[in-house]
Amino acid sequence: MSTEVKEAAAAVVKEPSEPLFSKRNKSLLTDPLNDSNPITVQVLGICSALAITVQVKQAIVMSLSVLAVMIGGNLIISLIRNVIPSRIRIIVQLVVVASLVILVDQVLKAYVYDVSKALSVFVGLIITNCIIMGRLEAFALANKPWRSILDAIGNAAGYAWILIAVAVVRELFGSGTLMGYKLVPDAVFEMGYMNNNMMILPPMALITVGIIIWIQRSKNTALIEEN
Amino acid sequence: MQFLKNILDNLRPNFEEGGKLEKYYKGFEALETFAFTPGHTSHKGAHIRDAIDLKRTMFLVVIAMVPALLFGMWNTGHQYYLSIGELTGLGEGLMEKFIFGAIRVLPIVVVSYAVGLGIEFAIAIKNNHSVNEGYLVSGMLIPLVLPSEIPLWMVAVATAFAVIIGKEVFGGTGMNILNPALTARAFLFFAYPTKMSGNAVWIPQESGMAGVDGYTGETLLSQAYNAPVGAEFGGVAYDAAGQQYGSLADTMWASFWGWIPGSIGETSVFAILIGAAILIFTGIGSWRIMLSFLVGGLTMSMIFNAWGANAFMSVHPLQQLMMGSFMFGMVFMATDPVSAAQTTTGKWIYGFLAGFLGIMIRVFNPAYPEGIMMAILFMNVMAPLIDHYVVEANINRRLKRVKVAA
Repeated sequence: MSTEVKEAAAAVVKEPSEPLFSKRNKSLLTDPLNDSNPITVQVLGICSALAITVQVKQAIVMSLSVLAVMIGGNLIISLIRNVIPSRIRIIVQLVVVASLVILVDQVLKAYVYDVSKALSVFVGLIITNCIIMGRLEAFALANKPWRSILDAIGNAAGYAWILIAVAVVRELFGSGTLMGYKLVPDAVFEMGYMNNNMMILPPMALITVGIIIWIQRSKNTALIEEN
Repeated sequence: MQFLKNILDNLRPNFEEGGKLEKYYKGFEALETFAFTPGHTSHKGAHIRDAIDLKRTMFLVVIAMVPALLFGMWNTGHQYYLSIGELTGLGEGLMEKFIFGAIRVLPIVVVSYAVGLGIEFAIAIKNNHSVNEGYLVSGMLIPLVLPSEIPLWMVAVATAFAVIIGKEVFGGTGMNILNPALTARAFLFFAYPTKMSGNAVWIPQESGMAGVDGYTGETLLSQAYNAPVGAEFGGVAYDAAGQQYGSLADTMWASFWGWIPGSIGETSVFAILIGAAILIFTGIGSWRIMLSFLVGGLTMSMIFNAWGANAFMSVHPLQQLMMGSFMFGMVFMATDPVSAAQTTTGKWIYGFLAGFLGIMIRVFNPAYPEGIMMAILFMNVMAPLIDHYVVEANINRRLKRVKVAA
């Protein structure tokens, strides 16, 4: 990162004492990937994870849309956090998120129309994605813009990698393709292999997310609750 | 038996503490207790003194399934010979048909046991707990509810799914919410529908085989669904060679004995009833569930009879119960002691609703001819809820008594 950008960013943060990527700030980026993952640990945003993970392409576009909305939303809310009356803060958040979602929806319709068709109502439903509202409410309202952006990127990335991991499993075993390219050769099909139709159905997405949670907890024992 | 015991006693030091194969002690223990009643007793908790332990309980259930399995082998061969137009008489070629069926069916049984027990042993050794016996039954149930034409790798995938996702993630035998064998079947039904439903899967086919004129693999269920409105089902039903049964009595006769197309173990009501008798006589299967299941199915069939909007609804109630997997589900699936309701009142409710819903799904939804599977799985999920309310009601009833006395 060049020095100008650093200075500009530092001016916004107004905390010259803390470096841009201090340990505290870095953890904003890395924690949501594992320890506080929005899907597998906080169990938010499950609906979209089940609905649009049939194909990797859709999952990637969805992740990028959520990333854009989250960065925009967190930044705007963080900037105006001191002037929002706390009694109507949810409505303000909704207005901000809804405007951003409409923007994203229009961009998708203009440039990737087929994916936009496939995602259908789920782009609009980003407005109600619990992860976004959760981060606005829990983080952006109480933190400065730079940290809010980092938090948005971290959480969107945590959301994205689960989404894409689930989509890879579902597309590979459900359709034999990845990103639309045929991966399972015809010879295998001739030997009697068949695509697993259940992978296309939402229940298998739930089970796949469950298996990811299982693997994650067996690696990261700090997540296991005392019982 | 002394011979076997000597072998096991010789092997034992290897597996005990300090032995070479100490890690695998749980695997050794499983095999040893399978052959001989264990010498040690439990020390903690409440106990019921009984002559049989869990392994021998499970084994009795497997024995109860043997008639259905043997009949299924013969029937697989019989359906095949019917479809090619040879040895069409019931008594003809008994051994040919049986051997033909055994060659088709036994590999499925072997794959189911090998995969399921393999996973159970691996998990038991990894987590250092004893191997659970539950799979002895599931491993036999899985082949019986599949069509004989199912590819073996699908059996393996479904078995692995059922054991890991259906059972082990919940904590193994005794903790599962769903019946593992039905989980395997439901998985196959949704994952590979072309191999689990339709007309081509019930009768073994040689490649390039044309079949005789009128050859069809339609089960009675799909015939009933496709029958024209107002038709008398008994009059239009036909067997694998396309031969009409002629009358309702003949159709019911064929489905009672079981020489009709269908999953391996589900066709013969007679063989299943032998199993039911064994289960009820030994007290392992709950007669309450079986009876209420039967009543539930009968009730729904009679309601449909009275309604009579199409040919499937007008099928005679007894015929309705003898088609498809109703009897098999009633005797072997719904009575699974783990996934069924536990309270006595709960068992009546659970069985009744499972039979009732099973017939309802079967008749209403052409995509799910095996409504029984769906209904039992659904009631498996509901069983804890039923038990909860039964227990609550009991507590309330007794509380009232206390208040009156005071």
